[in-house]
Amino acid sequence: MSRIKTINTRNLEQSALKGGCGECQTSCQSASKTSCSIANQVCENLK
Amino acid sequence: MIHRYKNNGYNIIIDINSGSVHSVDEAAYDAIGMYEEYSQYEISEHLKNTYGLTEEDCQELFSEIEELKAQGRLFSEDIYKGIAPRLKKRHTVIKALCLLVAQDCNMACKYCFASEGEYHQGQRQLMSLETGKKAIDFLIENSGTRKNLEVDFFGGEPLLNFDVVRALVEYAEEKEKNHNKNFRFTITTNGILLNDEIMDFINGHMYNVVLSIDGRKEINDRLRVTRSGKGTYDTILPKFKKMADSRGQKNYYIRGTYTHYNTDFCEDILHLADLGFRQLSMEPVVGAEGEPYALKEEDLPVLKEQYDKLAVEMLRRKDFEFYHYTIDLEGGPCIYKRISGCGVGTEYMAVTPSGDLYPCHQFVGDEAYKLGSVYEGIKNTEKSEEFKDCNIYSHRECDNCFARLYCSGGCAANAYHSTGSIKGVYEYGCELHRKRIECAIMMKVAESENADKSS
Repeated sequence: MSRIKTINTRNLEQSALKGGCGECQTSCQSASKTSCSIANQVCENLK
Repeated sequence: MIHRYKNNGYNIIIDINSGSVHSVDEAAYDAIGMYEEYSQYEISEHLKNTYGLTEEDCQELFSEIEELKAQGRLFSEDIYKGIAPRLKKRHTVIKALCLLVAQDCNMACKYCFASEGEYHQGQRQLMSLETGKKAIDFLIENSGTRKNLEVDFFGGEPLLNFDVVRALVEYAEEKEKNHNKNFRFTITTNGILLNDEIMDFINGHMYNVVLSIDGRKEINDRLRVTRSGKGTYDTILPKFKKMADSRGQKNYYIRGTYTHYNTDFCEDILHLADLGFRQLSMEPVVGAEGEPYALKEEDLPVLKEQYDKLAVEMLRRKDFEFYHYTIDLEGGPCIYKRISGCGVGTEYMAVTPSGDLYPCHQFVGDEAYKLGSVYEGIKNTEKSEEFKDCNIYSHRECDNCFARLYCSGGCAANAYHSTGSIKGVYEYGCELHRKRIECAIMMKVAESENADKSS
């Protein structure tokens, strides 16, 4: 019986190989303005 | 490094460097917590005595853990440190501007970090069309090959200068065709001047609209008041409802600020949800040291409980989104974005009505942080280099924090205002941010577990 369930997440190591295009939204342009909410953004290439 | 926590009946393990998330039972929760400090014999004894596991059960669990380790999804190493020095040397382009089209406001919110739009500069002014156009040109010229460009119309209250907003949108839309750019416009408004004509224009041209209201009438009207001190709830609410409905309840945020006066801010979020709003955001007040509405140390446990309550209520209701819980574990940002942060002072800048450039809206008015102007370009290269060097590895406090790849080292302006350095951390904000991330991830775990149950 498995006692560990792994939730699907983005492979960050892989993203180091192809990431960094910079096309994603700037977090303060959404609804922040007073905090840094990077993880709430979506990758433009995975939409 | 791992982070273990329990929330809403779930036992959750975050593998910090790989970003992997695991939902585990009690025995696995203990075993993973002990794994790097105790021998397998000691862990087995604990699991047998506490949970009645057999030797076979224990060995099976250890195999699972070893398999995840081999896959790089548990106890993974930080393999990204080498990226940080490259980030400092990188050639950056500007992709987003916050245009303070009105350094003036028709409200007098008591907690305003921009001091009623004046940004502590003691004067009210509107951006001219000429300066606005120069800002759009500056953005295009400095954006390299970046296709998506963002312009946020901010203030003060940007609708005080709506003719210029409209003309600038039309100007940028005309320009984007010839420069292979795609402009995304947003506007942040207090709603007082919203009318049908403006709403039509926003709906026709703006990617996102942020509507400011703090929640319950008595909460909103205590701090969000007109210049004559009158509450604004009754004036703005019908306009915001119309605006949100006219956008199909999408691509907008109702955004509030909570303070010491409403540490039960979950009630305000639920109030707004009950009114039919579907896209909600609520942030803690900042820059309020010494003010009666400033959040206090003793508020922290209460605030954290509120975040827990909100997450549970959202899972039950399933009828609205909360910005800080909108986390896409599969399609979120790449590691470069997570390390380098929001782009303050490098990719993102604020422009004052006279065309001066600052690292972001929260630095406006601080002369030491003036970077240049849209007319002259970046002149203060020393300061802009400082921001280039700002990443998760430049905040020593972040070294052992599980949240660093979610907040990217936090807000530089908050760090500067609370510690005097953009490489410091605003610890109070960190406490809340960590809680929000824990709740957001718990919700993802809950959704995954519920999907399994129903399949």
